[in-house]
Amino acid sequence: MLLVLAIVIGLLFSIAVYLLLRRSIVKLVLGIIFLSYGTNLLLFVTGGLQSGKPAFVPADGIVQISEVSDPLPQALILTALVIGFGVAAFALVLIYRFYKETGTVDMDELAGGDPS
Amino acid sequence: MILFLPVFLPLLTIVLLLLVRKKLHAQQWISVLASLAQLVVAVQLLVSVYTSGPMVAQAGSWQAPFGITFYADLFSAIMLVTVALLGFILVFYAIGLLDNERKRNSFFVLLQGLFAGVNGSFLTGDLFNLYVWFEVMVIASFVLITLGGTKDQLKGSVKYVVMNLLGSTFFVIAIGLIYGQTGTLNMADLAQKIANQDPGAVTGSAFMLFFVAFGIKAAVFPFYFWLPASYPSAPSPVFAFFAATLTKVGVYVIIRFYALFIGSEIEFWQQIVFVIAAFTMVSGVLMAASSFDIRKILSFHIISQIGYMVMGVGIFTITGLGGAIYFLVHNMLSKTAAIMSGGLVNQMKGSYNLKNLGYIYKEKPLLAFLFLIPALSLAGIPPTPGFYGKLFLIYGGFEAGNIVITIIAILVSVLTLFSMVKIWNEAFWKKPAEETDSKPVSNMAYSATAALVVVLLLFGFATFLLADVFFEASAQVMDKEFYINNVLKITAP
Repeated sequence: MLLVLAIVIGLLFSIAVYLLLRRSIVKLVLGIIFLSYGTNLLLFVTGGLQSGKPAFVPADGIVQISEVSDPLPQALILTALVIGFGVAAFALVLIYRFYKETGTVDMDELAGGDPS
Repeated sequence: MILFLPVFLPLLTIVLLLLVRKKLHAQQWISVLASLAQLVVAVQLLVSVYTSGPMVAQAGSWQAPFGITFYADLFSAIMLVTVALLGFILVFYAIGLLDNERKRNSFFVLLQGLFAGVNGSFLTGDLFNLYVWFEVMVIASFVLITLGGTKDQLKGSVKYVVMNLLGSTFFVIAIGLIYGQTGTLNMADLAQKIANQDPGAVTGSAFMLFFVAFGIKAAVFPFYFWLPASYPSAPSPVFAFFAATLTKVGVYVIIRFYALFIGSEIEFWQQIVFVIAAFTMVSGVLMAASSFDIRKILSFHIISQIGYMVMGVGIFTITGLGGAIYFLVHNMLSKTAAIMSGGLVNQMKGSYNLKNLGYIYKEKPLLAFLFLIPALSLAGIPPTPGFYGKLFLIYGGFEAGNIVITIIAILVSVLTLFSMVKIWNEAFWKKPAEETDSKPVSNMAYSATAALVVVLLLFGFATFLLADVFFEASAQVMDKEFYINNVLKITAP
C-alpha cells in the first residue's frame, strides 16, 4: 500500500510540475491544485499507514496505542484541504479577471508586464 | 492571556469591520482604534518580556508538546511592536492616500487579516500553526495586491500568487517529513529531539525545503524574482504594508529556525547562507542601480537589504545576530518611510518615473526632506539608524572573522548610496524636461509620513540606549536551551 501511495504521490507531483511549466494560465491553476493534492497525500502517508484502525478512542475506555492510527496527520490534512480550497477559489477568480482584462490565457502576456 | 491578544485583536476587528461594511467612515475609525489598541498591547508585551523574561501560553490548556504553544521572547516582542507601530502610522497613510473604491472593497478588513497572520507568525511555537499563520497572511496579501484589478496589478499578482503558493507547498511537505521522522510539531520539542545528532537524509532534506520555502517568502537570491515584478504594481499604501511586513516575517522565521534547529551542521549552513547573502545583496543593488522607476528601485533595495539580514544570520554571534535584528527593525521603518514619500511624489506628479520628475525640492522642500532621511538611513549615513545597523553587522562580521562577506557588505552600501542619490538627483533636484502641474497632496498621508520619519530619527538617536535590548534579544534567540526550557517547563508536573 505504501508503495502504491508513493507512486501516486510522485505521479501527482509530476503532473503538477508539468502543468505549472505550461504556458496556459488555466493549466497553471490546475497545476497548483494538483500540487496541493500531492502534498495532502504526502502528509497522510507521513503519519504511518495502518489499515482497519480508526483514528479515535472508543468512549468506554482505554485502548492499546498500537490499535489506533495517529489522528494528527488527518487533522493537518483537513486544515491543509480547507486552505487549499480557499486558495484554489481565489486563483480561479484571479485567472478569470486576468482573462477579462487581457483577453488571453497565454502566460507570455506576463512578460514585460512589469510596471516601468 | 496577553499573548493571544496580538492575534485576537485583529480577528475581532475583522468581525467589527464586516458589521459596518457599507460605512466607510466607521471602518476607518475602527481601523485606527484597533491599530492603536494593537500598539498598546504590543508595547505592554515588550515591557513585560523585558522586565520579567519570556512569556509562554498553551492554547486550550493542552500541555506543551501536544497543544499549540505561543511564545514571546524579546525578539518576537520587538517585531510585534515594530509591526504595530508601522500599522498604526500606515492606517492613516492609507486613509489619506488610497482611492475610495479600494477602501470600500474591504481594504481595511484585509489589512487586519494581514496583521493577524503576521503577529501569529511572530508568536507561535508550533510548526503547523506557523504554516496556518503564513497562509492567513499570504491569502490576505493575495487579495490586497489584486485589489483594484488593473492590468498591471493582475500581471504582477499572478507571479506573486504562484511563487508564494509554491513556497507554502514546500513548507507543508517539509512539515510532513519532519512529523513522520520525529513525531512532533512543537518547535521546542523538535529542537530538543534533533539536537546533537546527525539529521539523516529525510530530516536534512526537510530543512532544505524549509530554507527554500522561507527563502521564497523572504525574497533571497535566487528566489526573489516575484518581488520586483509584483510589489510595485500595487498602490503605494499596499506596497508600504507589504515591504514592512511580508518579507520580514520570512527573515524572522529563518533566524528562529537557524538558531533552533541547526546544530551539528552549522558549518555547512553557514557557507550556504553567506553565499546566498552575498548574491542577494549584490544582485539586488545592481538591479536597483539600473532602474529608473522609484518603486522599482525601492523594491530591488528590499532584496538587497534582506541580504544584510541573512548575512547577520550567517555570522551568528551575539553582535552579528543582534545587528541583524536591529537591521530588520531599521529596515522596516526606513523602507516604509521611503516608500511612503515615494507614494506622495506620485500623488503630486502622477508618475514614478525618474525621467518625468524633477524640481520637487523647489516646490515642496519638506517632502524632499521626508525622502532624504529614510534614503540616507537605507544607505547607512550617521546618525540615522541605518548606520548603526550596518556598523553592528560589519563589526560582528570582522569580529567573527568573516572577512569576505563583510567587505562585500561595505561595497554594496556604496552602491546603495549611489541609487539613493540617483532618486534624489532625478526626482527632487534636477530641472524636469517639461514642467508638469502638481496636484495637491493628501495632508493626512503627508503627516503620517512625517510622523514615521520622526520616529526613524528618534530611533537613530536612541540607539545608544536601545542597543542593549537588541543584543539581549539576540542572546535569547541564540540560546537554544533557553527556548526549550521556557516552552517545556510548564509541562513538568
